[in-house]
Amino acid sequence: MSNQMQPNEPIRRAGTTGSPESTILVGLAGQPNVGKSTVFNLLTSLSQHVGNWPGKTVERREGSLCRDGMHLRIVDLPGTYSLTANSDEERIARDFIVHDEPDVVVMIADASALERNLYLLAELLVLPAPVVLGLNMMDVAREQGIHIEPHVLEAALGLPVIPLVAIRNQGISELIDTAESLAREPATFRPVRPEIAESHREVLAQVRALLTEHVPDPYQDEWIALKLLEGDREVTDKAQSWLPENNWSSIAVLLKEHEDAVLDIASGRYDWIARMVRAAVMHPGLGQISLTDRLDRIVVHPLWGLLLLLAMFTLIFWLTFTVAMPIQHWLDVNVVEQLQGWLAATLVNVSPWLADLLVHGVLGGVGIVVTFAPILVVFFTVLAFLEDTGYLVRVAYVMDRFMHLLGLHGKSFLPLFLGFGCNVPAVMGARVIDSQSGHLLTILLAPLVPCSARLLILALLTPVFFGDQAVVVSWSLISLNMLVLAVVGIALNHTVFRGQHAAFIMELPLYHLPNLLSIGHFVWNNTWAFLRKAGTIILLASIVVWALSSFPGPDIEQSYLARFGQSLTPIGKLMGMDWRMIVALISSFIAKENAIATLGILYATGEEGRGFAETMAAVVSPATALSFLAVIMLFIPCVATVAVMHQETRSWRWTLFGVLLLLLIALSAGVIVYQGARWLGIGV
Amino acid sequence: MLKQQQTFLDQIDPGMRAVVSELRGGREFASRLAGMGISVGSQIKVLQNPAHGSLLVLVRDTRIALGRGVAAKILVREPDHEQPDAAE
Repeated sequence: MSNQMQPNEPIRRAGTTGSPESTILVGLAGQPNVGKSTVFNLLTSLSQHVGNWPGKTVERREGSLCRDGMHLRIVDLPGTYSLTANSDEERIARDFIVHDEPDVVVMIADASALERNLYLLAELLVLPAPVVLGLNMMDVAREQGIHIEPHVLEAALGLPVIPLVAIRNQGISELIDTAESLAREPATFRPVRPEIAESHREVLAQVRALLTEHVPDPYQDEWIALKLLEGDREVTDKAQSWLPENNWSSIAVLLKEHEDAVLDIASGRYDWIARMVRAAVMHPGLGQISLTDRLDRIVVHPLWGLLLLLAMFTLIFWLTFTVAMPIQHWLDVNVVEQLQGWLAATLVNVSPWLADLLVHGVLGGVGIVVTFAPILVVFFTVLAFLEDTGYLVRVAYVMDRFMHLLGLHGKSFLPLFLGFGCNVPAVMGARVIDSQSGHLLTILLAPLVPCSARLLILALLTPVFFGDQAVVVSWSLISLNMLVLAVVGIALNHTVFRGQHAAFIMELPLYHLPNLLSIGHFVWNNTWAFLRKAGTIILLASIVVWALSSFPGPDIEQSYLARFGQSLTPIGKLMGMDWRMIVALISSFIAKENAIATLGILYATGEEGRGFAETMAAVVSPATALSFLAVIMLFIPCVATVAVMHQETRSWRWTLFGVLLLLLIALSAGVIVYQGARWLGIGV
Repeated sequence: MLKQQQTFLDQIDPGMRAVVSELRGGREFASRLAGMGISVGSQIKVLQNPAHGSLLVLVRDTRIALGRGVAAKILVREPDHEQPDAAE
């Protein structure tokens, strides 16, 4: 089931064999929000593999393209503003170019913000791979009043420049033609490379001299020296390990003396860019108000922005309830239950044991996986749509001041909010957060957002125990969850994630019409990833819980699960719960709503006309009921959420940490609520 | 030439323009900002600067949200009037 690709597998190179069926390795680079995925999707539509970069949570997309007997392997590099080791994405992008030695790098730039985009080009040109520049969004640039002459830019840079409008498939085939011919004849690549500012040229030469003969292949002295001056942490560590102590201490002294070099290097690159675009770009700067500016007056307004957000979320949940829920119900009734009925009938005479395993263990698990799909498709579509139009980052901007209080990034807001529908897309959606600590913290906090299944439990049980007070109790319990979320967020932020916060800097791209192909790919890739990876874990957990509740038999009250619940009676006593409630809690691990079904079985009296609710209301004290509800609201996440927590963090340690943390919180809350209620004399 | 007065970016009112004159946040900070278009000499136009929360600025044709903490590490000066406006 492993989908990790081996980036280092040997491949035949165009240059070395020259045979017609040889492979060209293409790296697709670019800053974020430049339409790079659109280009990638157009090139590789039916041949994409999505996985992760080895050992990283960053998504790796690769695809292939065959044309005229030539096979092109295209690797979509993470979108990065520069190539200094500030983030995993940047390390991945430059490691790929240095170690995998692509035959050609295709860099996509946003023509409407060309100068900023060319900063990445200035960094790419210091690395060995030949580069083709694709100027995307030429139409947007034109609308902004920016006039670009690609041929003039091409002459200035000394490398091929192809104008593109990727969303209308304009220029793509010319781009790939050019990349292919450059890959065949890399010797023709002679670009005008940026040079370091006069004031630091000497120190660069000195550092370089000290490095010579100590830099191992495939690294190049010039690049290492430059990155040292820029204060790149990864390269600094590497160089220190390569060099003899004497050389390193001399370099350290030089670097200390020229600590400001990084500013000069950056300004130097922008000076180079200004020279490159001088003749090629006409930028009137008339100060015309663009559509983006007009929309932003409302969207990022402190008040109107919040109201718009509220309207947007009403729409999302309306979609969930009118589209996803009915489909989910239909799948459950017409597919899963039908299949269960058919299997049970067919196998009843063969082996009742096997029938039970298949019907309840296997199909029960499959049913959960399948019925998650409609909700996920709706949420991922909404997420992709909002991201693609440019609205999502603006939500992050508007919400940042609130999320900041919890130590979270504004981008955490949307995934956490989706958690009210379901925690699974909340955890998966957390990948929109760039900082690793922010990503992890959001994943750990997401299960504290009460999902619709838990809200359903509240809606069903509070009237049974609290009658008229049901609404007050429900809101109090939901507030308890939000309070715990805030406290845990602040606590983790000051302990585990202390000092790990990257500065809040975020680009707000221009609004544009969403690209359906990109949205389709996003929804398919994410839903499929869930079905494949999380599906396996859910299925296994479902079978294990089935086995525990079925053996040794004859029914659940004599099962291992019940015995386990009974062995936990001392803990249960502190929370006022008997073993039946504990078993119900454990069964909620498969799916939260299972708690209701389990209570239904365990509290059933067998008397006609008397449901489990009446029985419970009669035997369970309000204090116990309150504690049970508080615990189930805060309890360990369901198996699907745990599975995606592992899928997204790629670490069992963090997953386990999250689960145990919630277990501890839930049990403590149970004890506090029960003992507190008793102490106050409420409903004993 | 006169040495112009410097202020921190978070003190600039919305609608005003300025030129980045210094970055005080270390090398990593400077290199992160550089990739997003903010370097010494960049022209910046402040679009939003609420009392609490992040700023919104326009720099090299890019709208960028900056946390207050970030803006408080960016020193700016008044733009030279004869320079063509590159931020718009």
